Amino acid sequence: MNWDVVTRNLPYLLEGTVMTIAVSLAGILVGQVLGAFICVGRISGGRVGETLGAVYVSFFRGVPLLIQLLLIYYMLPLVGIDVPPLVAAVGALGLASSAYVSEIYRGSLLAIPHGHGEAALALGFSEGSIWRRILLPQAFRLSVPALVNELILLLKASSLISVVGVAELTRVSQSVASSTYRPLEAYMAAGAIYLIINGALALLGVLVERRLARS
Amino acid sequence: MDYDLFLRYGPSLLRGFGMTILCWAAGTALGMLIGFLLALARRLPIPGLSWVLRAYIEVVRGTPFLVQLFLLYSGGPFIGIRLDATTAGIVGLGIYGSAYFAEIFRGGFAAVPKGYVEAAESLALPPGAILRRVVVPTMLISILPALVNMMIILTKETVVLSILTVPELMYEAQTMAAETFAAFETIFVMALFYWLLVEVVSRLGRRAERKLTSHLTQKAGAVS
Repeated sequence: MNWDVVTRNLPYLLEGTVMTIAVSLAGILVGQVLGAFICVGRISGGRVGETLGAVYVSFFRGVPLLIQLLLIYYMLPLVGIDVPPLVAAVGALGLASSAYVSEIYRGSLLAIPHGHGEAALALGFSEGSIWRRILLPQAFRLSVPALVNELILLLKASSLISVVGVAELTRVSQSVASSTYRPLEAYMAAGAIYLIINGALALLGVLVERRLARS
Repeated sequence: MDYDLFLRYGPSLLRGFGMTILCWAAGTALGMLIGFLLALARRLPIPGLSWVLRAYIEVVRGTPFLVQLFLLYSGGPFIGIRLDATTAGIVGLGIYGSAYFAEIFRGGFAAVPKGYVEAAESLALPPGAILRRVVVPTMLISILPALVNMMIILTKETVVLSILTVPELMYEAQTMAAETFAAFETIFVMALFYWLLVEVVSRLGRRAERKLTSHLTQKAGAVS
């Protein structure tokens, strides 16, 4: 083992780490927004909304992420739409996570007793404020553990975007490995960084959960 | 849709699909075996052992599968582990799955009522027989959905093996796409095959579940 290789290339690895975090955050942001729309569409969009939502969710959860990514990156140009690597990466992560996030939201919304919405309706709340003040705050609290879990999964999945050439942590460790001919150290360093980020995320999740439980 | 393409690339796509199934089946079997042994070993009263195994599980679950594969495939030779792409893929899949399977089995062990084991002990059943005839059948019922779920997740992870140049379905389909620029046909083939695989696995899972729980769901008064 020669850890010199890692310390010398640490700036690059950290740059890759920043990229990994940025792409994952962008992906989960897209996923949250899309996921919320899909969830609301499935619940209050009638039979058409329900069917479309179900097909969407089963496609993006059923097709491997790498295939989705390559579909966007290699296949769209073949039909005339050019996609830069970073856009393809965020798009693929966002689309995939939106399917999971919409299911998380749906599960938490269904877990809120019917009586809450009915009571608010009886008290004269408008539909918009029922969602905003009664249902969504509770749904959010219920969904925090699952969302943190999803974020960790997404962070690990983001290693796949190295395939389209985005210089994130896995890609950088790959080039460190090949330029120094020390793959063992390079990939162990990358693994350690992923482990640290995921540990921090899990800790953050516990803190947020505790905070929400207190209020 | 260019049907000619399927005739031309059919054999290589089918070979790729066979390779996908082989990698998946071997990787899953390996993962379950290691996972079961891990869960079993965590119950042994050896100080420190449980901690070490827990660390293994956390490391495997906390790092991306792709990084694990790279570590095994290109880092392995430096510590004397020289594997070809397919073997590395299968072993990698097994290691990756083992951590998740270990957690599932641990939950299963915890869900077996203590009284069952005590009853078996008081009947003087040897420990091996208690495990085989009392604990495992009981836990299998409660963990089967989680096991099938993990097996489905692993079918999707086999796609990542294409990055190591394992000639599985994804690799063959990508070759076809690169040689013919046939985007839609490629998407069609991949969607069809992976959907087929996932559907078959989940159907088998449901059937196994029905079979295992048939004594619990039998209608009152039914004669078997």
